[in-house]
Amino acid sequence: MNVQGTVHKYGDHVDTDVIIPARYLNTPDHKELAAHCMEDIDKDFIHKVKLGDVMVAGVNFGCGSSREHAPIAIKASGVSCVIAATFARIFYRNAINIGLAILECPAASGGISDGDQVTVDFDTGVITNVTKHETYQAEPFPPFIKDMIEKGGLMASLKAGKADK
Amino acid sequence: MGMTMTQKILAKHAGLPSVRAGQLIQAKLDLVLGNDITTPVAVNEFEAAGFDKVFDKSKIALVMDHFAPNKDIKAAAQCKQCRTFARRFDIDNYFDVGEMGIEHALLPEKGLVAPGEAVIGADSHTCTYGALGAFSTGVGSTDMGAAMAAGETWFKVPSAIKVNLTGKLRPFVSGKDVILTLIGMIGVDGARYQSLEFAGPGVAELSIYDRLTISNMAIEAGAKNGIFPVDEVTKAYVEGRVNRPWTAYEADGDAEYERTVDIDLSQVDCTVAYPHLPENAHSAREGKDIRIDQIVIGSCTNGQLPDLEAAAAVLKGKHLARDVRGIVIPATMKIYREAMRRGLTDIFLDAGCIVSTPTCGPCLGGYMGILAAGERCVSTTNRNFVGRMGHVDSEVYLASPSVAAASGVAGHICHPEEV
Repeated sequence: MNVQGTVHKYGDHVDTDVIIPARYLNTPDHKELAAHCMEDIDKDFIHKVKLGDVMVAGVNFGCGSSREHAPIAIKASGVSCVIAATFARIFYRNAINIGLAILECPAASGGISDGDQVTVDFDTGVITNVTKHETYQAEPFPPFIKDMIEKGGLMASLKAGKADK
Repeated sequence: MGMTMTQKILAKHAGLPSVRAGQLIQAKLDLVLGNDITTPVAVNEFEAAGFDKVFDKSKIALVMDHFAPNKDIKAAAQCKQCRTFARRFDIDNYFDVGEMGIEHALLPEKGLVAPGEAVIGADSHTCTYGALGAFSTGVGSTDMGAAMAAGETWFKVPSAIKVNLTGKLRPFVSGKDVILTLIGMIGVDGARYQSLEFAGPGVAELSIYDRLTISNMAIEAGAKNGIFPVDEVTKAYVEGRVNRPWTAYEADGDAEYERTVDIDLSQVDCTVAYPHLPENAHSAREGKDIRIDQIVIGSCTNGQLPDLEAAAAVLKGKHLARDVRGIVIPATMKIYREAMRRGLTDIFLDAGCIVSTPTCGPCLGGYMGILAAGERCVSTTNRNFVGRMGHVDSEVYLASPSVAAASGVAGHICHPEEV
């Protein structure tokens, strides 16, 4: 499982209120949520993001509310992976549950700049900065988490598990 | 190696003799909570996965509080979806307009959480119930949906920070000031993935409402939960509310803590968290130059009766400064009625405030008090992120009910001693 894309870079403590402002939480529709993703800190994000792009940020990404709408909005906007120095715990859990790939990697968070091209190998945890010719090592997911993300999240994987039996 | 209070509760719910920090466990749940924002996503997941029954209709609570009374047509559709789900599965604890309240005030009030229980809620402030000596933590909607079906979920057992409390609070100083001070000390990710375990002789000096406020904001330090020991104060609160057996857990003497933070309550002063992070703690005495446009008194953090009493004590016989709007939101219908009975509502109305039905509305910038560009609000809520209460160029200052009330009268951030 690999992804490649252009980086959208943000700072520390990116909270769920800026990822998807609460005024848009009157709908669970993925496309509608994606249309307002990051709007309060980056109005242009939704116009410039392309399928497969990568979001990179500093410490404590996704702090604040438990709204699953936040990882949903990021995933539905086309982002294939979020890399941060650290994640807030509810966001981390939610991202895995909905099948949004995320990696903790302080070195990548520090080394990658906005607009860089990166590739991510989820089997090895190696993040390659194609633009700067650098690599960073993240802890790869254990197989059951990787499997859950590949199947599209917790519920999809539960369902697939039921079908296997 | 001994266990912390949190670890003991988790071990019990996992059916294990002991657990250690970092261990992944599957734990049974005593209550699964959702609100009108998070439940629709959970219901969609629940139905898409093909579940056709809930694990226990008495152990699910659905509270319509965020955008209820419905703020718009879409919000109405979300509440309707929750109601349909609740009726389909005959959920005992479905609370809608008329009997609802802000979830984290309502559940303790109704005795739906007891000491020693394990609770998850699809709302980050579910950690509030640590005040009662329960393990409770916020999760997302998918976890909620799966837990409604299974009655259990997985956890990583958290390591712990001990918060050793000594001394006694001074007049006008409250639990809100304690938690803002603590977050100021350790930062918004200072307790990330950890439990905050409150301990020490100072605990006995804190009312259950101070504790509820403190545990409520544990998440603002990144914590998984924030838990208080069970004592006479806890017992007095749960008596007559909780009608089932419950267990008080105590930390072992040799429990392991990654670090200890000491707070002398007598040294805590009225504290205000400036934009745009709850860790930006300042003394309420240094805010004279910060003019304000609105105060909000309420929320899951500070919408309890003693919070309203504290605000009313400051506002009695006074009036808000010109061009300051005052929005008071009792957290539950019971608190609302009691505020009327005790004359608090009259004090608020005489001071120029409005008194709203319970709702989370303004706290998360939903409705009922949205800010325009450049406007500032002193709020008793829990987050002051960019755009939290409205326009991205508005500002939220977090404070206690006394400080919010005093600031409303002064027209700028103000210590309650000064009005």
